Amino acid sequence: MHIPDGFLNAATAATTYIVSAGGVGYSIKEANRKLGDRHVPLMGVMGAFIFAAQMLNFPVIGGTSGHLIGGALAAILLGPWAGTLIMTCVLIVQCLVFQDGGLTALGANVFNMGLVACFVGYYLHQAVISLMGEGRRSTLVGGFVGAWASVFLASIACAIELAVSGKSPLGVALPAMAGVHTLIGIGEGLITTAVLAFVTATRADLLELQKV
Amino acid sequence: MKLKWWHVGLLIALGLAILSPLASPWPDGLERVAENKGFIETALEPAFEIIPDYVFPGVGNERLATILAGLVGTLILFGISYGVGTLLKAQR
Repeated sequence: MHIPDGFLNAATAATTYIVSAGGVGYSIKEANRKLGDRHVPLMGVMGAFIFAAQMLNFPVIGGTSGHLIGGALAAILLGPWAGTLIMTCVLIVQCLVFQDGGLTALGANVFNMGLVACFVGYYLHQAVISLMGEGRRSTLVGGFVGAWASVFLASIACAIELAVSGKSPLGVALPAMAGVHTLIGIGEGLITTAVLAFVTATRADLLELQKV
Repeated sequence: MKLKWWHVGLLIALGLAILSPLASPWPDGLERVAENKGFIETALEPAFEIIPDYVFPGVGNERLATILAGLVGTLILFGISYGVGTLLKAQR
């Protein structure tokens, strides 16, 4: 879902840059307040894992693929602000080193795959846990729901940005983006749930870290 | 040196990077929509290139070039995310 240069008009690019800069600024403040020694290696592993997993496109339907975003996973494990920081690191490196996602669209990409994905994923995961009660099952179900919704809503944000930029009317872009990402979101949900199951089985204490 | 949990985590990520040539080559969701709705051509070429399209430049074998790009990126991201974490927690 990395938006390249050329898709967004100047106003949309500038607006999303400003919003994302504010979000990342606040993330830094929250990290300064809450991030402890035990979070640091998990941040490193999450950044590395999300980058590598994003390279592994999986086929969804005829001629279309999807890949993990990872914002929901990072936010569920570390909290939404720390998740946003990790996604921002991933997106900046992808943009500057790998030419994936345009420099002018970086603000929008951080907004969609960072802020939107992390906050939707985190709070839906929390909502499922408060509905189902604490436990392994609610963590995994919440992970799937949060991850699916994170992709779905990030794709809607992306569709709105494209429509506002005059690329495609909202009535066309929104159902097209939401439609294909309904399927890609299932992949996101499965991968997120698998990783959460692995962490629960091997290092359940990591799930107990204070959320940032 | 005893292997810590996060060493294992990093090794898993590097393992995924080695699998990267197996990724589906099909366009992703956004690219598919941009093709179908006729605005894919409006994408601009990047101003500069370092490791474009996750293929390490100057390596003849494309699978190897993809794996190299994946390993380099995974290590960069580990270093940067770990570094950001270290810098930010140190300031409290």
